[in-house]
Amino acid sequence: MIGSEAVSDEGLDVLLNDLLELYGYDFTDYARASFKRRINRIFSLDGFPSFAEFRYRIRNDHEYLKRFIEEVTVNVTEMFRDASFYRALRSEVLSVLGTYPFIRIWHAGCSTGEEVYSMAILLKEEGLLHKSLLYATDINPQVLEQARSGIFSMTHMKQYSENYINAGGKHDFSSYYSASYDRVKFDDSLRSKMIFATHNLVSDRSFNEFQLILCRNVLIYFDKDLQHKVFQLFDDSLEMLGFIGLGAKETLRFSPMANRFKQYGGREKIFRKMS
Amino acid sequence: MKRDMLAIGGSAGSLEFLIRTLPVFWAGLGLAVVIVLHRKSNGDSTLTHLLASRTSMVVKEVEEKESIIPGVIYIAPPDYHVLIEKDFTFSLDYSEKVNYSRPSIDITFESAADVYGDRLACLLLSGSNADGVMGMKTAKAIGGLTAVQDPATCEMPYMPQRALDEVEIDFVVNDGNIREFLETCDGNQRESDKSV
Repeated sequence: MIGSEAVSDEGLDVLLNDLLELYGYDFTDYARASFKRRINRIFSLDGFPSFAEFRYRIRNDHEYLKRFIEEVTVNVTEMFRDASFYRALRSEVLSVLGTYPFIRIWHAGCSTGEEVYSMAILLKEEGLLHKSLLYATDINPQVLEQARSGIFSMTHMKQYSENYINAGGKHDFSSYYSASYDRVKFDDSLRSKMIFATHNLVSDRSFNEFQLILCRNVLIYFDKDLQHKVFQLFDDSLEMLGFIGLGAKETLRFSPMANRFKQYGGREKIFRKMS
Repeated sequence: MKRDMLAIGGSAGSLEFLIRTLPVFWAGLGLAVVIVLHRKSNGDSTLTHLLASRTSMVVKEVEEKESIIPGVIYIAPPDYHVLIEKDFTFSLDYSEKVNYSRPSIDITFESAADVYGDRLACLLLSGSNADGVMGMKTAKAIGGLTAVQDPATCEMPYMPQRALDEVEIDFVVNDGNIREFLETCDGNQRESDKSV
């Protein structure tokens, strides 16, 4: 990427085609600039001498493909990121969902699971976890494995604890995990309500109906057409009066179904299905 | 030659320079401006309001998939990288920090270089890390116009100085010649209407 880039636009098209034909991964409608940067990033991280060798490795080394998928998709996430979003979830959304006999939540593109654990903690503090199920899906089996383990690095816990307090947390954050050396393991009581599965938002269909779908900072990596497709998938997967929670810079406003959704929870990107 | 995009990056000490010089940016400037500043990651948009109050140009925070329009100053939102697509829209990215920074100046400069080529101008302001220097190199290599704030006028001269050391810089900008710099970016059109 320094001066002359390693993977050109033409090279990118070749790789996109390989990934789709050989493996069924369809990245063609990902936002180009960001995806190209991810590709060039892993190319230089892994020290490939040429595009040809890069392509050969992706086509022929299935172990490497796993790494490739993990690196080209963005897996940066935090617990209780955007405190105001979680405060709104607690006060505006969970108060409604709490009246239902059973709560089904879908974390679409959950990555390593930080938001799923955050949600489980919220539900527990509102006394709703026992009647909730959290479905957590991602395109990438590697990160799901990590999410399922409930084990996270100790290094982030100070930050997460601050986030938790800012988000209106009611207890001592460290009461939710046990620490050993540089890692922490979250309570099994949280994990027991989570179901992890691979699901590709680009190619897979609706698999259930939910009252709340959380998909934060995933759609920014898709182009507009793909965003609309995914909103359709969410619509198909959402009960009437159900909620969708998006990232701070994402919106349903410009999608064809915008008129059937109402923004809910003040300035937060929470939308409710009205018809 | 006329440029279509001016990308400005700054870190510690750069806000003061922008506040002083933005009144010189005139509405009708024929290029889009994107400003990437390192700042605290809390989600408020006071920076946009502050900068908007200093110029007659339209100032707004970058929105996801928004079309880029000449004459508008776009501000990178806190805690997202800003990239530019071939169809002249912005896309946002919440990937790893680069140079300990999100938004990263390098990412925006490199992405803008990829799209605008030699129609890009880059300006690197005061700061104490080297974010942006790599992006300047990329911009220079494809014929972009490169500029830095005069290190002598910087609260933190490290960032522009690193660019001067490592990249061929076309223009050293200070409070006195910012208008001349903008005119250069705009293709040296002598504006009769440059009222502030």
